[in-house]
This record gives sequence, structure tokens and C-alpha cells, in this order.
Amino acid sequence: MSDIFLTNLTFYVLSFCVIAGGIFVVSSRNLFHSAVFLVFTLFAVAGIFVVLNAYLLAAVQVLIYVGAVAMLMIFGVMLTTQLTNVRLRHVNEQVLPALAVCLFFLGFLIYGLWDTPFEIARAAPPPDISYKIGTLLMTRYVLPFEVVSVLLLAALIGAVVIAKRDRS
Amino acid sequence: MEQATIGLSHYLMLSGILFTIGLFGVLTRRNAIAVLMSAELMFNAVNITLVAFSKFVTPAELTGQIIALFTIIVAAAEATGALAIVLLIYRRFRGINVDRINFMKW
Repeated sequence: MSDIFLTNLTFYVLSFCVIAGGIFVVSSRNLFHSAVFLVFTLFAVAGIFVVLNAYLLAAVQVLIYVGAVAMLMIFGVMLTTQLTNVRLRHVNEQVLPALAVCLFFLGFLIYGLWDTPFEIARAAPPPDISYKIGTLLMTRYVLPFEVVSVLLLAALIGAVVIAKRDRS
Repeated sequence: MEQATIGLSHYLMLSGILFTIGLFGVLTRRNAIAVLMSAELMFNAVNITLVAFSKFVTPAELTGQIIALFTIIVAAAEATGALAIVLLIYRRFRGINVDRINFMKW
């Protein structure tokens, strides 16, 4: 029983971290603080993946999101904000309409999700999830795998071409 | 000693709240990079949903986890392209406030 208690406690602590970090990301006045809280939130989401037994995804989350995307964001902040002028106005005056829209949307989601009966499967997850994901990626999902690698290559070349300085 | 376990709906609630926070950020932020960060929050909310469904509804097939993997990769590609565009806009307009970038408006 203490096992279940520990899992519940981990879930609630991680959820609190995710939600609090997300709120700080969207409400912090300093853009750099937003980026740091984004890293925090992404780590907490990786923890949620661990609670959900998705160990490979947790590792990928830390490697790609925390290691690459968040660093890219921080680079973006550094390159586009004058460091003497960090405290810009970030949240404009349309907070109340946006809040109304978001609360309506959240209420809609909760109303839809609250007592929808999903077919919960009682089967235990396979013990070697990462192995199975690797096998599936190389057999059944090999076409989307290759397509997504071409997409990454295109994004790489596109980013270089777009951000290149004009020499004319 | 029966204790309530964390079920699918808990994860869906968490994901919905995180998605709403990201939506709020996309709607209210005026810095283009902050808008991108909020969009990343929304991507993460969707990933939590996919992995939760993968665990609770189809635990043997792992389809949700593979789709979440592809989502992460596509989000990385999106962040790369979007930040390149943001850098270009900054270089041309000396600012990335999305209110002032309206040169595509007729």
C-alpha cells in the first residue's frame, strides 16, 4: 500500500511543479525567468513520464526539450533582448478576455472529460517498453521515422538559410 | 486498506490545465519568444495526454508513446524554424513584439 501512496505523492508533487512552473512561464515579467521556469516545467513533465512508465520518452524529453529546445529559447532570448532593457512589458492589457476564454475552454474540457467512460485496459504494460518502442520504430513505424528525419534535416537547412545574413 | 490510485482522469486534468496555461500564454504574451514558450507548454500537455492514454487504454501496443515521440521531434523542428524567423524579424525591425509585426496585413 505504501507503494501506491508513494506513486500518488510523486504524481501530486510533479503536477504541482508542472502547473506552478507553467504559470510562472506565462506570467513572469522577465523573459529570462520565463525560460528558466520553462526548463523546470519540462523536467517535471519528464518526471510525469517516468510515473507513467514511459522511460524512453522521459529520457528523450530531457535530451531534446531540456537540452535542445529550451537552450534554443534561451539563445533566442539572449540574441533578441537588449540586456540593459530586460524588463520589457510582456503581458498586455487583454488579460481579462484571454482569462475568460481560457477558463471557458478549461471548463469545457473538464465537462467533457469528467465522466466520459474510457475503456481502461487492465493488462500490465510490457516490462521492456524501450526495447519494444525501438523495435516498433524500425519495423511498423519505419516510414514516419524516415519522414520525420527528413523533416529535421529540412528544418536544419531552412533555419540556416533563413537566419543567414544577407550579403547584398 | 484501500487507497485511491491515480487514474486516467487525473492525467487528463493535469494535461488540460497545462494546455490552458499555454493557451493563456499564447493569447496574452506579446514577445514572440514567449509565445513560442507557451506553445511548447501546449505541446507538452498533448504529450502527457498521449502517454496517459497509451498506458491506461492500450498498454500493449505503445502507439501513444510513439506518437508522442514524433510530436517531440516535430516540436523541435518547429522551434528551430520559428526561432530563425524570430531572429530575422528582430534584425529587420529591432524588436519582436508581435503587436508591431503587421507588415503582412493589407
